[in-house]
Amino acid sequence: MAYDGWQGVIQLIELSDISKSYRTGSVSVEAIKHIDLTIAKGEIFGIIGHSGAGKSTLLRTVNLLERPTSGSVKVGGVELTKLSSSQLQKERRRIGMIFQHFNLLAMATVRDNIAFPLRLAKLSRAAIQTRVNELLQLVGLEAHADKYPAQLSGGQKQRVGIARALASNPDVLLCDEATSALDPQTTNAILDLLLDINKKLGITILLITHEMHVIRSICDRVAVIDGGEVVEMGDVLDVFLQPQHPTTKDFVSQVADSFDPRELIASSKGRLMKINYVGEITYEPLLFNAVRSTSVQFAILQGTVSRMKNTPYGQLVIEFIGEDQEIRQVIANLRDKGLEAGELA
Amino acid sequence: MTMRLTFENVRWSEVWQASKDTLAMLGASLVFTIVLGLLLGVVLFLTSRHQLIAQPIVYFLLSVVVNVLRSVPFVILMIMIMPVTKAITGTTLGVQGTIPPLVVAAAPFFARLVETSLREVDRGVIEAAQAMGASRWDIVRRVLLLEAKPGLLAGITITAVTLVSYTAMAGVIGGGGLGDLALRYGYQRFQTDVMIVTVILLIILVQLLQMAGDYLVRRFSRK
Ligand SMILES: Nc1ncnc2c1ncn2[C@@H]1O[C@H](COP(=O)(O)OP(=O)(O)OP(=O)(O)O)[C@@H](O)[C@H]1O
Ligand SMILES: [Mg+2]
Repeated sequence: MAYDGWQGVIQLIELSDISKSYRTGSVSVEAIKHIDLTIAKGEIFGIIGHSGAGKSTLLRTVNLLERPTSGSVKVGGVELTKLSSSQLQKERRRIGMIFQHFNLLAMATVRDNIAFPLRLAKLSRAAIQTRVNELLQLVGLEAHADKYPAQLSGGQKQRVGIARALASNPDVLLCDEATSALDPQTTNAILDLLLDINKKLGITILLITHEMHVIRSICDRVAVIDGGEVVEMGDVLDVFLQPQHPTTKDFVSQVADSFDPRELIASSKGRLMKINYVGEITYEPLLFNAVRSTSVQFAILQGTVSRMKNTPYGQLVIEFIGEDQEIRQVIANLRDKGLEAGELA
Repeated sequence: MTMRLTFENVRWSEVWQASKDTLAMLGASLVFTIVLGLLLGVVLFLTSRHQLIAQPIVYFLLSVVVNVLRSVPFVILMIMIMPVTKAITGTTLGVQGTIPPLVVAAAPFFARLVETSLREVDRGVIEAAQAMGASRWDIVRRVLLLEAKPGLLAGITITAVTLVSYTAMAGVIGGGGLGDLALRYGYQRFQTDVMIVTVILLIILVQLLQMAGDYLVRRFSRK
């Protein structure tokens, strides 16, 4: 396992300079271009991008379902591209995968679907039974063990997919749009299950999605991919609060209340500030305290107070009305408390 | 022409023997056809484009062989492969003598049905198996043959029915069975009653096969 000394973090997945091109007839399409990506053990890493951005291609290089045209793929320190096919089959048992359309065996019961990887690993009948029962319980499908996939709802099917992927105790779980075929409520239930698995079992999760909601709910870090390239990457909180790239801004606006700053500026009588804050201070009476000793008045024109994974945060647009001197004082008070305050331009 | 349907010409012991011969030909040739056709069908599927062992040249050659065997009329095929039949079974007559030509004619037909059913298997499921570390053999055994089961059962039913009509034709060169009976008495000696009895028996056999096949397909469908 690669060990990154100064950070003290174990890097579980290391993709270096990955490119993949497809040839269709005489035209060659570069689906992903020179991507470097390092994912630490235990984190939930999200990759977001629009349709055709290259998300699936990138994710599928991690277990070599898609062999990159060039570059190196290391999982748990093992260079996968250099393995023989039987060695690769062994390594793949440490990398679970779930799919948008579940990809379950239609002709096998829930129990047999979950047992599939265990049979591949040639476990004894008794060991398989014990393990399958554990997994059924983990995903809450004990009552449906002998049903066939056609008799299950989408959310239940994905639970079978998750149980099957976890059967061989993998280090990593790859999720290819795992919630895109589900309704919002079921999506949240599945995301909670993934978060739970990550916490309880310490499994590293690499997921791709086109929904910012998924990233915001469970991811620690995010990479934004556009045209086969990573255009922005970082902690979800940072990327979310300060998106740089237009594509990222686009995704962030999916979950934020969309507003047009020009409209606000045009109708403003005082000074417009955008304020961001993160963590426990979210729940303190910050604004009240900041203006209390002054005669400044304020109006909240726009705002979100929410949570990202487990971190509360707030994002407000506020109009301060009063004397310049005093408004400067209020802003200084806010900054003292650790808030970010910037003029809305 | 007057038809007297008194069944006076029908010798029931002979009909019984012919029925047993037909069932023996059908049973034996069906078993060999299923084994060989399944093998050939799986190889056709795996070697075709974009599949697990994509081998366009192998696929093309096998495909040509299959097409040739399927385009030769059964009666002619039977005569053509007589030396082979003799080498395998020691005779070209009787129940034994009909089995090689029946299999040679039906296996390529069944192989195509197998190939088509395997193509129907969801690619995503195959990928999921690969992602779980399945070898190609695992995929054939645990995914393809399982998922294609209803299609394969339907294919076996069609093949069995086709084989019934082939066994009847096999009567032409002394294969025995109900077809032989119909031909010898019904056609050559104008004993229409014998012909009618044999035809009715063949219809019943086909009907039973089809019903059994449909039942199994329904029993194993999970969609
Ligand atoms: N097998 C293939 N043959 C040819 N081109 C392909 C193939 N697979 C993907 N591509 C191309 O590569 C690019 C990236 O595809 P990819 O499936 O990775 O996108 P994606 O981000 O997953 O999109 P979506 O959200 O629609 O699933 C696309 O332009 C696509 O057309
Ligand atoms: Mg995709």
